[in-house]
Amino acid sequence: MTQPATPTRPAEPNRAAVTKSRPKTLGALHMDIRTLSLLGVLAALIVIGGITQPDSFLDGDNVQLILTQASVIGVVTVGMTFVIISGGIDLSVGAIVALASVWASTVATQEYGFVGILFTAILVGVGCGLVNGVLIAYGNIVPFIATLAMLASGRGLALQITDGKTQMITVDSVLKLGERDSYILGIPPLVLVFAAVTVIGWLVLNRTTFGRRSVAVGGNPEAARLAGIDVRRQRLYLYLLSGLCCGIAAFLLLVLAGSGQNTNGNLYELDAIAAAIIGGTLLTGGRGSIVGSVLGVLIFITIQNIFALNNLETATQQIAKGAIIVAAVLLQRRTANTTS
Amino acid sequence: MPESTSVSSRRSLLFGAAAAVTAGGLLTACTSNEPSDKSDGGSKPADQPVADSKPGKQVTIGFAGPQADHGWLNAITDNAKDRAKKYSDVTLEATEGSNDTAAQIGQVETLINKKVDVLVVLPADGKALTQVGLKAMRAGIPVVNLDRIFDTPQAYRCWIGGDNYGMGLSAGNYIGEKLKDKKNAKVVELAGLDNLELTKQRSQGFDDALKNYPNIKKVARQAADFTVESGQAKMSQLLQAQKNFDALWNHDDDQGVGALRAIEQAGRDDFLMVGGAGALSAFEAIKSGRGVLKATVLYPPTMAASAIDLARALGQGKGIGGMAEFEIPAHVTLYSAVVDETNVDKYMSTGFK
Repeated sequence: MTQPATPTRPAEPNRAAVTKSRPKTLGALHMDIRTLSLLGVLAALIVIGGITQPDSFLDGDNVQLILTQASVIGVVTVGMTFVIISGGIDLSVGAIVALASVWASTVATQEYGFVGILFTAILVGVGCGLVNGVLIAYGNIVPFIATLAMLASGRGLALQITDGKTQMITVDSVLKLGERDSYILGIPPLVLVFAAVTVIGWLVLNRTTFGRRSVAVGGNPEAARLAGIDVRRQRLYLYLLSGLCCGIAAFLLLVLAGSGQNTNGNLYELDAIAAAIIGGTLLTGGRGSIVGSVLGVLIFITIQNIFALNNLETATQQIAKGAIIVAAVLLQRRTANTTS
Repeated sequence: MPESTSVSSRRSLLFGAAAAVTAGGLLTACTSNEPSDKSDGGSKPADQPVADSKPGKQVTIGFAGPQADHGWLNAITDNAKDRAKKYSDVTLEATEGSNDTAAQIGQVETLINKKVDVLVVLPADGKALTQVGLKAMRAGIPVVNLDRIFDTPQAYRCWIGGDNYGMGLSAGNYIGEKLKDKKNAKVVELAGLDNLELTKQRSQGFDDALKNYPNIKKVARQAADFTVESGQAKMSQLLQAQKNFDALWNHDDDQGVGALRAIEQAGRDDFLMVGGAGALSAFEAIKSGRGVLKATVLYPPTMAASAIDLARALGQGKGIGGMAEFEIPAHVTLYSAVVDETNVDKYMSTGFK
């Protein structure tokens, strides 16, 4: 055992050490410029959407639609951002969403109604996160491999549970949550959950010990350990957090799609990683931004929305999506470099 | 002379350690689509029996299909197994479904080694499985190729499958008839996975049918991924893009579950919807008559049951009743019937979950 059993204060590394001695004020400015450039990309997309389809793009329904569609993957991305900040990766998010959604949509669960479905989804998500966390933190399996294994077996288990069938949700209170009647001041409940997860994620990352420890573990695990952080336990918690987010997302998806299917959450891992990277989170860990990730998700969904409204063909959509991802990252890097 | 007898006698020749290469060449000739009397000699037309439900010669049928990872494929496996159980003279050797080409080739080879009498193969990828189809035919085992077609007719004795182009055609004609009196009618297409050739065929059939109705214009087409989630996402965007249209064709009833959810969430009911495939949930929605879904065009999983019938007839050396041919035909293409409220009861039992 190399770590002190009870870390004594001051256990936390100071922030300067964590951010690799970048001056604090400039660091904050640095992040703001990144965020601003992302907002610029989003604004440019909104202008494009508004010019090409003024009637359908700029109306309230479409704003609701974009935000609703961003909710499910958005919640997953918040969890993924924490994992990547800590220097890890979670390839199993899509599979966990699938497994949690099909488990929660089985007939047995539906007998317990709304609460049964919600808790099953969250418990399955957290359970998968726990397995990932234990394998990575205490089994010393690299995150890429551990979560890849979870991806494979999670998808397999989801297929086994459903037997390839689509499991319809019959609980009205769950279905209602995705329909117009339950909008609160014009905001869909799904979007409110997404907003809440974003705010909580931001607070946890930027205002708590847990957040600072996550950054420290990703920036320099050895330094973090010497500073008295239980790196293993911190990693365990991070994958648990990612699993929790997947569980919440699975419930949102059940509300949205009205059914559980083993194909749910297809390729979420790639979308969430891409959104986090576009948002300025370093794949090598040590730096990241919840706001950036959420903007990354919104950029993705807005692109898809504009494509669909303009009736673009699938091939064109895929090519354009790739080009826009590269453009967004280049623009962000450029603005960030010129100012720091 | 019934083909199966000749097949098994030739196989015993093969396993009787006769020159394997020569035998292989001979077998290819005999199990291909040439008339059997060329090699069999004295078979008389009147002797050719027709397959019926009466127990006959014992037949072992090997069945290999892809992983049943969604409703339709699941129904395929169920249909094959249920049909085989109906016949006391049929033993079904079904492999675990797999989408991995190498694994599926291995499974078919295992069935060949087990010396099943007839093979029914629904390949995950028709082109990739062609070689093993050829291998089975050369080993004297007639292959019934189900749905996804092998690259060469030499790799199967009989092909039975659905008609993707016909699905589009049926959907287009149904919508055309419903809208023929409407000026400047608009239709929207929610296609399936665009990476698949079958999606293009479905769209092509649809477009060709719509050409018969100059008053109808297709105003939008978006592709989804055959999943509920993608159906919901793409449909909600289509509804946002097209504030009014008269008909929607959705290629697949599985993604249709999501599409219907999006339509319900958007509160739209100003158009008629036609689905594709023939899921139970779609039949139930059509029967209820309440929603926008008024019809679905079939791509029936019952083809797996028919494949078992054909395999049994091949194994017993029988033809098909109601046809003048002595032999099972080489190709059977199913008809993409339209199921709407007038005939939904008839098809209800074939709906898959």
